[in-house]
Amino acid sequence: MSTVTNDIHHDEHHDHHDHKPSGIKRWLYTTNHKDIGTLYLWFAFIMFLIGGAMAMVIRAELFQPGLQIVDPNFFNQMTTVHGLIMVFGAVMPAFTGLANWMVPLMIGAPDMALPRMNNWSFWILPFAFLILLMSLFMEGGGPAFGWTFYAPLSTTYSNDTTALFVFSVHIMGASSIMGAINVIVTILNMRAPGMTFMKMPLFVWTWLITAFLLIAVMPVLAGAVTMVLTDKFFGTSFFDAAGGGDPVMFQHIFWFFGHPEVYIMILPAFGIVSQIVPTFSRKKLFGYSSMVYATASIALLSFIVWAHHMFTTGMPVGAELFFMFATMLISVPTGVKVFNWVATMWRGAISFEIPMMFSLAFIVLFTIGGLSGLMLAITPVDFQYHDTYFVVAHFHYVLVTGAVFSIMAATYYWLPKWTGKMFDITLAKWHFWCSLISVNLLFFPMHFVGLAGMPRRIPDYALQFADFNKWISLGGFAFGLSQLIFLALLIKACRKKGEPVSAQVWDGAEGLEWEVPSPAPYHTFETPPVVK
Amino acid sequence: MSHSRQAENKKVVIKLVAVVFGMFGFGFALVPLYDVFCAVTGINGKTSNEAAVYTNIEVDKSRLVTVEFITRTNTGMPWQFETQTRRVEVHPGEMYQVDFYAKNPTQRDIVGQAVPSVSPGTAAIYLNKTECFCFEQQPLKSGAETVMPMRFYVDPELPKNINFFTVQYTLYDVTSDAQEIAMNRG
Repeated sequence: MSTVTNDIHHDEHHDHHDHKPSGIKRWLYTTNHKDIGTLYLWFAFIMFLIGGAMAMVIRAELFQPGLQIVDPNFFNQMTTVHGLIMVFGAVMPAFTGLANWMVPLMIGAPDMALPRMNNWSFWILPFAFLILLMSLFMEGGGPAFGWTFYAPLSTTYSNDTTALFVFSVHIMGASSIMGAINVIVTILNMRAPGMTFMKMPLFVWTWLITAFLLIAVMPVLAGAVTMVLTDKFFGTSFFDAAGGGDPVMFQHIFWFFGHPEVYIMILPAFGIVSQIVPTFSRKKLFGYSSMVYATASIALLSFIVWAHHMFTTGMPVGAELFFMFATMLISVPTGVKVFNWVATMWRGAISFEIPMMFSLAFIVLFTIGGLSGLMLAITPVDFQYHDTYFVVAHFHYVLVTGAVFSIMAATYYWLPKWTGKMFDITLAKWHFWCSLISVNLLFFPMHFVGLAGMPRRIPDYALQFADFNKWISLGGFAFGLSQLIFLALLIKACRKKGEPVSAQVWDGAEGLEWEVPSPAPYHTFETPPVVK
Repeated sequence: MSHSRQAENKKVVIKLVAVVFGMFGFGFALVPLYDVFCAVTGINGKTSNEAAVYTNIEVDKSRLVTVEFITRTNTGMPWQFETQTRRVEVHPGEMYQVDFYAKNPTQRDIVGQAVPSVSPGTAAIYLNKTECFCFEQQPLKSGAETVMPMRFYVDPELPKNINFFTVQYTLYDVTSDAQEIAMNRG
């Protein structure tokens, strides 16, 4: 797509510039986009393991009917905190980490536009999750009202540690807003000469749009938790019917944030797959501009579909029809994307390296998740599917085999660029195949138990669901263990073991990030490259 | 980083921060917007909190609408709360009165607040109450009982497809919020 004039003697200066504090201070004080990207990615991975451990508790309890391992209140805390950690602690920081590492490299910028704020936006994040996790060990336990914290569960019926939940969500929100502002300013102002908007790599495009979604809806979430806080502790009645409020209004405000939020977690994934598929098909991306417009349309449509989460609250038929059709409309731009990925592969010289395997799994499995989403969008049948495991199956297909698989694909794709060494391909293959098989064993049968009526968020279930749940739990444990292979691989990669790689790493790779040496020097593009 | 670029960055940051504060405000603005939207369309089944004024409206004798009344108490509200009329057939435009009985069987004084909800919700804005116990909080001393009136008429504009609707009153214990007001009034 672009060629770069990178002067050779420029690289000789790098060692001279490379002075950085050693030890812990390097990481605490760093304003370097690569360091901060690394911090975000490790933080996200640690949170992924913690949130995953909670999922293991949930699956252990659901291994057989009846109550065996944990009491229902603790079970509820596990489902709640698992959701919060995976959404705000794992998926979102992982994408922000990838943006930190890759956006400046892909647009030919020396760093993010606001490096000091970048440091801050990362370092407040561990404290947010420390507060949230601490609340689990306090009297009465942590939040137990689901990650969606519906009023009055989070107001009238919650315990006092709700205040800690609210503050930690405030801090998470502040962190992602700062991260989003940084990404927007970087992309708008720091592009290399010649890098016009329609020449930007799709990962940069999708992140630009995601960042706008973030600054539009994270403040609304902050408002919603603030209202919960004042309702609970300061006597306001935003959601209290006795005081003139309305609990259904909570759901409207929450999902006004919540629906764009789910696209925040998938648009960067679309970007990643749009980078990887052309590389390993050795073809240009099919329909670049339609990809950009499709992403923008998904983002705009995400603001007018929120009430499809609330079909059973008793809306008038007209409103239900509107939200049903608006939701179904989203499958059009999403379909454009899937079509373009497939068309990119059409007659390409495809090779099945690990990032490509994860991307192919993404395309197939995300489409399954999208299809169950389309089923859920149909109002009359949603009355049956609502709050069952069918919904759980749907959003885990789009978030685990969608967002998480794309993050893994991105990690494998860019890891050699970060470390300068090829990762352990044997371990990576084990990781891929174990994850792929176990994740389907874990989530696919959830469709069946959901359609048969098993409700979500309940620690016990009717006997007829026992066999399926046993298999689901086994799939869950296997998927959890598979991620330890990934951990081993990452530790090995960070110790810089393995074959050295060239600057281009993958022979079909194109773009500015492949023009800098591997490993990427601490400072890159101090003289902007010229994009033709 | 050159100064001009820093100035450029600052401009964009200021705009984006303004958007962030704007959206935070918008989150709160959704609250009155929601109320206005529901008051205009009546889709959440909420009736008006203010007394309607009855001005000789032409009674539509040709039409009979069934209005059903149900009562419930919120969790933790110990009052007995019943309607004395379960259902009434009304002509749109004509005035009716329905009485509700409440008793506080406990050893403590309690302040109640009734909240009405109409189903189907689209009928809510056609239910006009000239007098209702739900307009204010109701204090009851320990052991006391009361009969609370509700006077209403149905707007003749009520859509033709609605000829049956239900008014539900839920009674909440608001003693802790209204301690002082209640005891002063006795």
